[in-house]
Amino acid sequence: MTKYIIKRILGLIPTLIGITLISFFVIHLAPGKPTDIQTSMNPKVSYEAKERLEKLYGLDKPLHVQYVEWVKRFAQFDFGRSYLDDRPVSEKIAERIPITILINFSAILLTLAIGIPLGITSAVRRGKLPDKLTTIFVFIGFSTPEFWLALLLMNLFCINLGWLPVSGIVSLDFESFNILGKILDMARHLVLPIAISTFGGLAIISRYMRTEMIGVMTQDYIRTARAKGLDEKTVIYKHALKNALLPIITIMGLSVPALIGGSVIFESIFAIPGMGRLFYESVMARDYPVIMGVLSIGAILTLLGNFLADIAYSYADPRISLPARQAEVATEEVES
Amino acid sequence: MNVLEVKNLKVYFNAPGQIVKAVDDVSFNIEKGKVFGIVGESGSGKTLTALSILKLISPPGNIAGGSVIFNPSAGSGSNGRDLLKLNEESLRGVRGSKISIVFQEPASSFNPVFTIGEQIVETIISHQGVDGGKAKDIALEYLNRVHIHEAKRIFYDYPHQLSGGTKQRAMIAMALVNSPELIILDEPTTALDVTIQAQILDLLKEIIEKERLSILFISHDFGIVSRMCDSIAVMHKGRIVEAGITKDILSRPNEPYTISLLESVKALL
Amino acid sequence: MKELIRNKMALLALIFILAMLILAMLAPLLTRYDPTSTDPGSVLTAPSKEHIFGTDRLGRDIFSRIAYGARISLAIGFIAVGIASIIGLLIGAIAGYYGGPIDYALMRFVDIMLCFPTIFLILAVISILEPSITNIMVIIGATGWMGIARLVRAQILTLKERDFIAAAKVMGAKDSRIILKHLIPNAIAPILVSATLGIGGAILTESALSFLGIGVQPPTPSWGNILMDGRSTLGVAWWLTVFPGLFILFTVLSYNILGEALRDTSEPRLKE
Repeated sequence: MTKYIIKRILGLIPTLIGITLISFFVIHLAPGKPTDIQTSMNPKVSYEAKERLEKLYGLDKPLHVQYVEWVKRFAQFDFGRSYLDDRPVSEKIAERIPITILINFSAILLTLAIGIPLGITSAVRRGKLPDKLTTIFVFIGFSTPEFWLALLLMNLFCINLGWLPVSGIVSLDFESFNILGKILDMARHLVLPIAISTFGGLAIISRYMRTEMIGVMTQDYIRTARAKGLDEKTVIYKHALKNALLPIITIMGLSVPALIGGSVIFESIFAIPGMGRLFYESVMARDYPVIMGVLSIGAILTLLGNFLADIAYSYADPRISLPARQAEVATEEVES
Repeated sequence: MNVLEVKNLKVYFNAPGQIVKAVDDVSFNIEKGKVFGIVGESGSGKTLTALSILKLISPPGNIAGGSVIFNPSAGSGSNGRDLLKLNEESLRGVRGSKISIVFQEPASSFNPVFTIGEQIVETIISHQGVDGGKAKDIALEYLNRVHIHEAKRIFYDYPHQLSGGTKQRAMIAMALVNSPELIILDEPTTALDVTIQAQILDLLKEIIEKERLSILFISHDFGIVSRMCDSIAVMHKGRIVEAGITKDILSRPNEPYTISLLESVKALL
Repeated sequence: MKELIRNKMALLALIFILAMLILAMLAPLLTRYDPTSTDPGSVLTAPSKEHIFGTDRLGRDIFSRIAYGARISLAIGFIAVGIASIIGLLIGAIAGYYGGPIDYALMRFVDIMLCFPTIFLILAVISILEPSITNIMVIIGATGWMGIARLVRAQILTLKERDFIAAAKVMGAKDSRIILKHLIPNAIAPILVSATLGIGGAILTESALSFLGIGVQPPTPSWGNILMDGRSTLGVAWWLTVFPGLFILFTVLSYNILGEALRDTSEPRLKE
């Protein structure tokens, strides 16, 4: 088992290298130098000043040298300093990541909690009303622009009904609350972002769950379970479900990039100080060190998510965690 | 005395624009303590017939008519009743307990994410109401009875870790644990290697003699059926073409289909 | 084909798609106002007989903007998907056909690309380029080909084993000829499904970008940037938010329904 894990980790290395390559070259393939924006805006900046700036950021060196230096610092999570406020990029990211992870993690939990039962019901009552309704819901879920949904919900809950706050993660008088009040206040602020994030994933998970359950229900071992006289509930929730859930683990891993990407939108709309919003702001401001840093971190989080899903799957599926006993097979047959 | 009487069984399939009569008015009786065989090519409807007895037909197929009377002479519980008309709960009481079935493919018939032991214990607890410990003892006893080497270890193994022969033995054990009156064996050796086939058939013969069970044996192999069964029914395209005592059918086959089937096996017999 | 027509939902979807195409192409004929002409006198008016979808902050007619916006949004959708399909087709076909180290390298490349949230990649590239319509089309296409590449590769791998490829090889056909004449035509079906579903995705992406201000730049209307105004007039002018969003929703929905219907007809699996 550990051999498997180590093999997997080693396999990540080429991908990691690839991530650094793309993060780096996506920015540096642009015409001109990243500092042009800062300097060309201001005609009073002399040629010497421009040169000094470029030297400071190491932009006067050839591209591949720049890349190697960047990778070296990357390994220490040093992404340089922001062009905007000269703070270390890693610091800026570190203070924004927790909230993004909190929202997305909650969204994942909610998605599973709602999506799995929805998918099971759809599969068990295939073709009937619950299934038809869920299918409609799923299709609409796939087709709705998340930001539009955010606007509509904002309009309804924040402006019309006034139940939820419009933006931020805490109210102005946050400090005056006790612990419970603080938690509740934060929760109220996060309801809509989490809901929006869940909505997209819900459609996918319930759809996959339905497909998996339907596929599993046609398997021979389900027939065996029924032939043993087990009641339908046991057949579905014990025998079928455990098998159908396995691929869902993999799917959760694959949905990480979509979740992180979605953060850009709803964090901007709800003014949440998270990583997505940081990315958006740095794109608008052409703050390249931050852009490259967040880009890389985003990719690494995905890699991590996939890796964890992979490991979880191999633990959950006995066919992978326990190999067949080849040697004993021969002796068994002979001795009996 | 009969343990099972099948009368006018019909299993139809709904295909777009037509109805396929996979089992078309089939009737036969299984005597208590005897081995009754149904032999036929694939597609003859023999497996569907077997599945219908426990109402294990799934859509698009459906049992369109007929009756399956269990223990016609006795009168209580599910005895003397038409299995096809039983309610869900009573039917579940019969499945895996009074009548059990061993399927063709041991590899896919076991749930891959549960151990062999878990799956056998499950049916013991479900029908006998004993606790986990006692159920495990019963399971191990039967695993030994089917000559599984190192039953204690196999109990904790997952299906994919075992060979085909061992899996099928485990399947047979699982079919025996609740002391059924009738066991249906649907091509129990077809998916196994030839050498293993012989071993499993010997095991089955031993069990038949020891346990005095009634057996319904389904196969496409005339050779196997004639070796194992007291009486045979020959099925072709959903109907029983000929039926009778094995010796008689073998020595004096009447129907042309039976004759051609025998011809193809003559060399092996 | 017959089954496609029998599927009522797919038919409805197709009709809606055609309607949107007609709206886009015949926009000048179907609208009364110029989409960019402002009218300070009728700022933020609710839907009325003069302006059936109301007006925005600068007094521009929303219906006109949606109609002309359809041109932009649909065009971006089609071309972006076209670009993605071509890239995906080439990469998938080459990887699948040649196998070995080429396949390994290309598939690792796909894996790496898939590690990046698409929006991140698009935003990063836009940060160094101008957000022109052409650039947007290319960027969306250049970041969305991975799924198609994998599909094509899978198809090619299964087809490679088939006899007619061996026959063509024996007859001395060049690799490129084999790829073009035999493998690609057979791989078309899943690509078509992927592309149809992809158009919906591309429209969603473009509208998100325009909404964030880095897509189609005003005054050129696109369904996304009309919603940008909707954001600032929330609670005051619901028509700015509701109508463009509905158009996006139903258009993407139609492509999704159509795509799923195509998938059902091309893949003979268990009827659901």
